[in-house]
Amino acid sequence: MLELQHINKYYNPGTVNELCLFKDFNLTVSDGEFVSVVGSNGSGKTSMLNLICGSIDLDSGKIIFNGDDLTKQKDFIRTRKIGRVYQDPAKGTCPSMTILENLSIADNKGKPFNLKRGLKKHKIDYYKEMLRGLNLGLEDKLYTKVGALSGGQRQTLALLMATMTPIELLILDEHTAALDPKTAEIIMELTDKVVKEKKVTTIMVTHNLRYAVEYGNRLLMMHQGNVILDKKDEEKAGMSTEEILSVFNEISIECGN
Amino acid sequence: MTLVLSVLEQGLIYSIMAMGVYITYKILDFPDMTVDGSFPMGAAIAAVMISRDMNPLITLPICFAAGVLVGICTGVIHVKLGVRDLLAGIIMFTGLYSVNLRIAGRANLPIYNKVTIFENSLTDTLPAVLAPYHKLIIILVITILVKYVLDWYLRTRSGFLLRAVGDNETIVTAMGVDRGSVKILGLALANGMVCMSGCIFAQQQRYFDISMGTGTVVIGLASVIIGTSLFKNTTFLRATSSVIIGSLIYKACVAVAIRYMDSQDLKLVTAVLFLIILVAGRERKRKVKSNA
Repeated sequence: MLELQHINKYYNPGTVNELCLFKDFNLTVSDGEFVSVVGSNGSGKTSMLNLICGSIDLDSGKIIFNGDDLTKQKDFIRTRKIGRVYQDPAKGTCPSMTILENLSIADNKGKPFNLKRGLKKHKIDYYKEMLRGLNLGLEDKLYTKVGALSGGQRQTLALLMATMTPIELLILDEHTAALDPKTAEIIMELTDKVVKEKKVTTIMVTHNLRYAVEYGNRLLMMHQGNVILDKKDEEKAGMSTEEILSVFNEISIECGN
Repeated sequence: MTLVLSVLEQGLIYSIMAMGVYITYKILDFPDMTVDGSFPMGAAIAAVMISRDMNPLITLPICFAAGVLVGICTGVIHVKLGVRDLLAGIIMFTGLYSVNLRIAGRANLPIYNKVTIFENSLTDTLPAVLAPYHKLIIILVITILVKYVLDWYLRTRSGFLLRAVGDNETIVTAMGVDRGSVKILGLALANGMVCMSGCIFAQQQRYFDISMGTGTVVIGLASVIIGTSLFKNTTFLRATSSVIIGSLIYKACVAVAIRYMDSQDLKLVTAVLFLIILVAGRERKRKVKSNA
């Protein structure tokens, strides 16, 4: 279970540019939940993910995950349990390394990074099969540098790498936003498959309201650092894109957007 | 013939330093100025040890270890104290100037008629016909050894992370590893190689001079850029081999240029040649872009 307790976060505190990101923000995500998060730009969606992953520090409050207090933990220690896929496909892979090398780095997550062979030959067939399952033809490009792949192929690889080893939390930060509609569909189907197979707790930030409705068993809408809509299971299943859009529009009118 | 031998010998010695620069500049994307201090440091340590009749073979691992320490210092200044990469290197090589003077005890320390890695009881057993090539053979063996060890390391799990940190730091964090530590490791390894290169250079030249480090980073960068640009699309050569060839080409160019100029113009030739290499590299990139 992930708990964000009484989170406070200000940018530029004490200056004329002070910006309140979160004020006494609370959120609990149960084990195995697939939470879709929507909201306007600047509502705090990505900042919330950054706080969970430790990319930014919080001013006060606590982050508890499966009983462990993550609040003071360094980002690289937190990520041992967390997989994250970013909006930018370039962020999840190493462009100057081959597909095989990228996969073996991800496969070695959690193991000591010592002087053992980085790429084990007997694993190549396993990686090949894994890539074949994606139907993107990547299994024939094992020795191609990842920088030469398309954005969609890179993002698929990034998703694969983030979920290759056992993780307890999957963070998806607008991971389909930079892709064309067809590739985005493929990535979303793969995401759904991985989440169901691994039964991993997932938080997905998206601007695509249809994805937010179709995928996951909980939907959150954020606005100015607060959760203003929280629908679970049956309640969420009964929601339509139009309903969410109408809430979204109401907020926008309130804000004068 | 002497000129060719000299180019080969010095080109290979500098290629060990260039492989270190390859780690920082190409792999870590870190313009490390420390090498201007760690190269003469190796020379100073070697000269002092050899002048005290110590076993010349021990100078190599000791200089490597000294370079590792220097690299760790640069890494800590950059990673832990938050000083920018270029400035961290400048701080280090400025400080190392005094450290090197302290090590050597003076600005110039000759080691003529002393036992070195090139002239010892073992090399005396080599056939007399090979006498002019003693140095070259020994340097070649050391360079190939260093190249293979580096190639092997870059294929290990740790080596993969080193390559990843310069490529995409986020990935290293995502793998649960502190990216700062990986950077420090890379700088340590690189400066270890640079320091060892300085150690061999002093023994080949038979002296240490405090100014011998000036412009080392330029020679290293030029070698890396020549090697990696020329053999960019070659699949049969590893990057380390390209850097070695780059270093040889660079040394040959300088040797040819200096034949028609005064020796005091050496650094000017070095700088101009580096500029030409950089501009030529840019032209190539532009052409590739326009053809794309």
